[in-house]
Amino acid sequence: MNKTLNQKAWWLVAPVLILVAFNAFIPLMTVVNYAFQETFGNNEFFWEGTTWFEQVLRSDRFHDALIRQLLYTGMILAIEVPLGIGVALTMPRKGPWVSVCLVLMALPLLIPWNVVGAMWNIFALPDIGLLGHTLNSMGIDYNFTRQPVAAWMTTVLMDVWHWTSLVVLLCYAGLSSIPDDYYQAAHIDGASRWAIFRYIQLPKMKRVLTIAILLRFMDSFMIYTEPFVLTGGGPGNTTTFLSIDLVKIALGQFDLGPAAAMSLIYFLVVLLICWVFYTLMMRNEEQ
Amino acid sequence: MTHPRKWLIPTLYILFLMLPIYGLLAMSFKTTGEILGGFSFFPQQFTLANYKVIFTDPTWYNGYINSIIYVVLNTVISVTVALPAAYAFSRYRFLGDKHLFFWLLTNRMAPPAVFALPFFQLYSAIGLFDTHIAVALAHCLFNIPLTVWILEGFMSGVPKELDETAYLDGYSFPRFFIRIFIPTIAAGIGVAMFFCFMYSWVELLLAKTLTSVDAKPIAATMTRTASSSGYELGLLAAAGSLTIIPGAIVIYFVRNYIAKGFALGRV
Repeated sequence: MNKTLNQKAWWLVAPVLILVAFNAFIPLMTVVNYAFQETFGNNEFFWEGTTWFEQVLRSDRFHDALIRQLLYTGMILAIEVPLGIGVALTMPRKGPWVSVCLVLMALPLLIPWNVVGAMWNIFALPDIGLLGHTLNSMGIDYNFTRQPVAAWMTTVLMDVWHWTSLVVLLCYAGLSSIPDDYYQAAHIDGASRWAIFRYIQLPKMKRVLTIAILLRFMDSFMIYTEPFVLTGGGPGNTTTFLSIDLVKIALGQFDLGPAAAMSLIYFLVVLLICWVFYTLMMRNEEQ
Repeated sequence: MTHPRKWLIPTLYILFLMLPIYGLLAMSFKTTGEILGGFSFFPQQFTLANYKVIFTDPTWYNGYINSIIYVVLNTVISVTVALPAAYAFSRYRFLGDKHLFFWLLTNRMAPPAVFALPFFQLYSAIGLFDTHIAVALAHCLFNIPLTVWILEGFMSGVPKELDETAYLDGYSFPRFFIRIFIPTIAAGIGVAMFFCFMYSWVELLLAKTLTSVDAKPIAATMTRTASSSGYELGLLAAAGSLTIIPGAIVIYFVRNYIAKGFALGRV
């Protein structure tokens, strides 16, 4: 759509700008303040320069948390995207079952995150939980509070449970925008199932898939509440992701300098990756 | 569509989604003794005692009321300010529009953990700590950008001729916007409200940091119970089960638009 040049449009944007700036600029400046200075309370600050940044960037603890975070985000994207596409492709497209499927599938998305954690904690308890009890009675030794592998599998499975529906709903939206004629034409041409997917369905899903991957990347990179409630970051530090580590440092140990420096690095990493996604997406949209 | 195997994947997927929810529901109807006594698929001594505690103890049911108050406040604020902004982004070019749009989105990318402590200091300093409006305003950080994004998507789907015809017919901007434009994108507004509700309802970290007693959300009440009184799993399960209901009601209302909404109106 060709847009008219109109500088007065700024007035329409102003309320949003003020509200978001209030919430974004002031706290961000607080973080910047703490990141470059040392404070002993009483509003006295001493310039520290980049000491905290160097400290964080060199610490094994940060590296480990970052690696865990990247591994986690990579794993859930690798599972949720194909699974989401698969479910969306097989979902009914017409009739009364569509609403039933959509409502049931969207349900996990609207459960408060700590309830998701608590629910999976209850579900996975080795002795009395549905999952834990079933696995153990099948002869599989499973205890997510003690075994790192079990803790990881449970955390990943929880995220798959929680968020795959987002990918499903997005892909479904893309698929339902394909006119029936396309399928009929493909049928007449004798196209295989794979050819239909590759040349009709996948191109239509490209844009929504970019949104899905962007949203899933952002949210999984910031994940805090669910794994915190489920495992508390344990056993040991094996499921301590970036946000959990940050909160531990900031509110647990009250090391404000390193915590603030870590916050900024963390934010920049998210921003950088999202910027790449966003640029790709906008380029697609302009085409 | 009639292929029998086609039903298998969605059915299995939905079954997988329902199992943990069933586990929670089943536990909420059990007595503490039964829960700790061992695993049972169905509640053996069916009890409503856990729910009775929640509906009679003010520290419990006030949690739900607090959560609903700030979620509604946030939804109203976000959609009201996002409507004109989304219109501006979808219809006009102006100085710095693209940069502004991306900057708005960066706020959706800010990890709440980064902002928890500064938010606490900011809202304490302006005297709003432990109020509903504080949580509602704080959630605007990520809800306004998302709302603008969704509404802009829906508005871009409305042909510009609609605006031009209305202006030719002598409509002023506010009158056109309220009388003609808003009804046209009603579905988009519904979807945007759904998303505001969803993200504000499920968020805990900021809501917990900004409240202590008067505006404490249900989610925070649950974490307290989980840690302080040990193994009150039945009560926790009942409280958790009840938090699913508002979401289920909201989904039911927007079920026909939900797929399009998740695509941010861009299909």
